[in-house]
Amino acid sequence: MNGSHHPISKTAKVTVHCLFIICGILFILDLLFFSEFFDKHAYFEWENWPGFYAVYGFVACVLLVLVSKYILRPLVMRDEDYYD
Amino acid sequence: MTNIPPQVLLLVGALLIPLLKGKAKTAYMLLLPTVAFYGYLQLEIGTYWQVTFMGFELTLGRIDKVSLIFLNIFIIVTFISVIYNSHVKGAMEHFAGFLYAGSAMGVILAGDLITFFVFWELLTVGAAFLLLVRRTSQSLGAAVRYALVHVFGGLILLAGIVLHITETGSTAFTEIGLNGLANYLIFFGFGINCAWPILHSWLTDCYPESTVGGIVFMATFTTKAAIYALMRGFPAEPSLIWIGTGMATFPIFYAVIENDLRRVLAYSLINQVGFMVVGIGIGTGLSMNGSAAHVYADILFKGLLFMSVGAVMHQTGKVKATELGGLAKSMPFTCVCCIVGAASISAFPLFSGFASKSIIMTAAAEGHHTIVWLALLFASAGVFHHAGIKIPFFVFFSHDGGHRVEEAPLNMRIAMGIAAVGCIAIGTFPNQTLYPLLPFDAPAYEPYTFAHVMAQTLLLVFSALAFTLLMTGGIYPAEVRSVNIDSDWIYRKGGKWVYGLFDKSLNAINAAAHKSIIEDALGKLGRFTQQGPAHIFEWIMTPYWALKGKSKEEQKELKVSLATAAEKGTFPIGITAWLSILVLALLFLF
Repeated sequence: MNGSHHPISKTAKVTVHCLFIICGILFILDLLFFSEFFDKHAYFEWENWPGFYAVYGFVACVLLVLVSKYILRPLVMRDEDYYD
Repeated sequence: MTNIPPQVLLLVGALLIPLLKGKAKTAYMLLLPTVAFYGYLQLEIGTYWQVTFMGFELTLGRIDKVSLIFLNIFIIVTFISVIYNSHVKGAMEHFAGFLYAGSAMGVILAGDLITFFVFWELLTVGAAFLLLVRRTSQSLGAAVRYALVHVFGGLILLAGIVLHITETGSTAFTEIGLNGLANYLIFFGFGINCAWPILHSWLTDCYPESTVGGIVFMATFTTKAAIYALMRGFPAEPSLIWIGTGMATFPIFYAVIENDLRRVLAYSLINQVGFMVVGIGIGTGLSMNGSAAHVYADILFKGLLFMSVGAVMHQTGKVKATELGGLAKSMPFTCVCCIVGAASISAFPLFSGFASKSIIMTAAAEGHHTIVWLALLFASAGVFHHAGIKIPFFVFFSHDGGHRVEEAPLNMRIAMGIAAVGCIAIGTFPNQTLYPLLPFDAPAYEPYTFAHVMAQTLLLVFSALAFTLLMTGGIYPAEVRSVNIDSDWIYRKGGKWVYGLFDKSLNAINAAAHKSIIEDALGKLGRFTQQGPAHIFEWIMTPYWALKGKSKEEQKELKVSLATAAEKGTFPIGITAWLSILVLALLFLF
C-alpha cells in the first residue's frame, strides 16, 4: 500500500489528466459547433453563447462548494453528539 | 375483473411471512410482488373494488394511466427490495416492508379521500416500524420523531379532508385546487410527506437511521406517494413551482458538507423530488409527464444508490465519509453499481436521469420560467457534484479507509444488478421502456438530440472539473465528524428549549402562586378571620373610648377584653344587639 502515503496516486493522476483532456476537447467542440452547424433548439438566448453550459457547470459547483464551506458550515455544524 | 387488489394482496399476504422460514420465506416474499405484477398486467382502465362502509362508497381501485405508472414501479421496487433484503432473518423487518409497500399501493389506487387517508396513515405506521426494527437508540428516537411529525401531518390532512367533504358533499379524490381553508390544509398535509423546505427535516433526520434495506423502501414510498397526491389534487398550482425550486436547490448545500453518506443521499432525494414538484407546478402535459418519468427513474436510481451504500455499510459497518474510502478493489461490483446510480441521478447521457429530468427542464424552458430553469440547471450541476461524485469518490476511492472486506452478498448484488440494468435501459432506450408508460397527453419528447447531449455533457464534465480542482487545491471542505443542524432542530433542540422555557416560566408562576396564595394569602386570611374583627372593633371603639375620657391604661384593658371577645365570638349581649340593629338598618336602607 505504498500509494496510501501519497495524497494523489498514479491512477488518480491519469484520471485527472484524462478529465482535463476531455474537458478541452468538449469545450473546443462546443466552440466549433455553436450555432453554426447545429440547431441548438435553444429556448433562451444564452444557450447559444459558446461555452455557456461549461462555464455554468463550473461556476455553479465552485459557488456551491464555497457557499457550503464558508457560509453554511460555520452556521450549522455542531459536534457529533449535539443531539444526545 | 376478478383480480385481487395489489395492496390487499401485499397487506394480507404479509401476515403469513412470520410463519415461514429460510428459502420458503424468500420464495413466498418474491411470489407476492410477482403475483401483484401479473395482476398489474391484467388491469384495464376503470374503477374497481368498490365497497360500502358506514354509508360511504370506498374505491380501492381507481385504475388510470397515472395510477398505473406508479403501481408499476412500486411493485418492481418491492420485488428488488425483497431480493436485497432476503438475508435478513427476522420476520419483523419484512413484515414492515410489505405493510409499507402495500399501503403505498393503497394510496395510489384510492379513488376516494377516505380510502386515501386510511392508506396514507398506514404508510406512516409501516415506515415507523421499519425504523424500529433496527433496534438502536438512534433508530428508536428517529421512529418516535417520524411518527410524531407524520401524525401531526396526518391530523392536518384529516382536518382538511373532513372540511372538504363537508363543503363539497363528495368524498371523490379529484382535482382539489388551492382555495379555502380545507384545501390549504390538504395541501400542507401532502407537503409534509413531500418534504417541502422546512417541513423536510423528518426525512433527513430519520431515513439515515433506518436499516440497510429499510431505507430502500423509505426512499421510494412516502415522498413518491405525496408526489402522486399532488399530481392528482393540485396540478398546475403555481406555488409548487417555487416550492419545488427550493427543494431542488437548498439540500445540495447541506449534502456537500454532510458526513453521513446515507444522509447525503437523503438530501439528494429531496433535491430530486424538487424537480418532480416543479413539473407538477408547471402543469402542462409535458411537465407532468416529466414528473411521472422522474418518479419512475428516481425510484430506481435512488434505490440503487441507497442499496450500494447500504451494501458497503453491511460489509464494513461504516457509513460516514470519514470512515470509508478505497473500497473499489474489495467491492468492485458494488462500486460499478454505485457509479451507474450516480451517473443516472446526475443525468449523464445513456443513464435514466437524462431521459426523465430533461423533460422537466424542457417544460420549464417552454413555459419561460427563466429563474426556475437557471436554478434547476444549478441543481443539476450540484447533484452531480454531491451525489454523482462525492458518494462514489469517498466510498470507493479517496484515501484508503483500511477496510478489507468481501464483496456484498449475492442477493444484494442481484438486486443492485437489476436496478442498474433498469437505469441503463431507461436511459438508453426511453422510447421502448419508460415513455410508453407516461400518463399525460403531450407532444413526443426526444432527449437524444446533439444539442442536448452536448449541453448536458458539458455541464457535467465541467462540474467534475470543478470538483477535481477544488479537491486537489485543498479547497473542498474536508469531511468532518459532525452533525449539521437543520429544521429538525426546531423539535429536537427547540423542543427541549420549549420544555425548559415552560419549566422555568410555568414553574416560576407555580412557585410564586404557592408562596403568595398558599403561604402568604391563606395565612393572612387566617389571621384576618381570627384577629380582623377585633381590629375593626378597635378602630371603631378607640375614638368612642377617647370621647368618654378613658385613660390609656383603661383603653388598653378594654382592647384586650374586646380582642378576646372577638376571637371567641363572645360579645356582651348589648353589643350583639346593637350590631344586629345596624345590619337590619343597612338592609332596610339599601
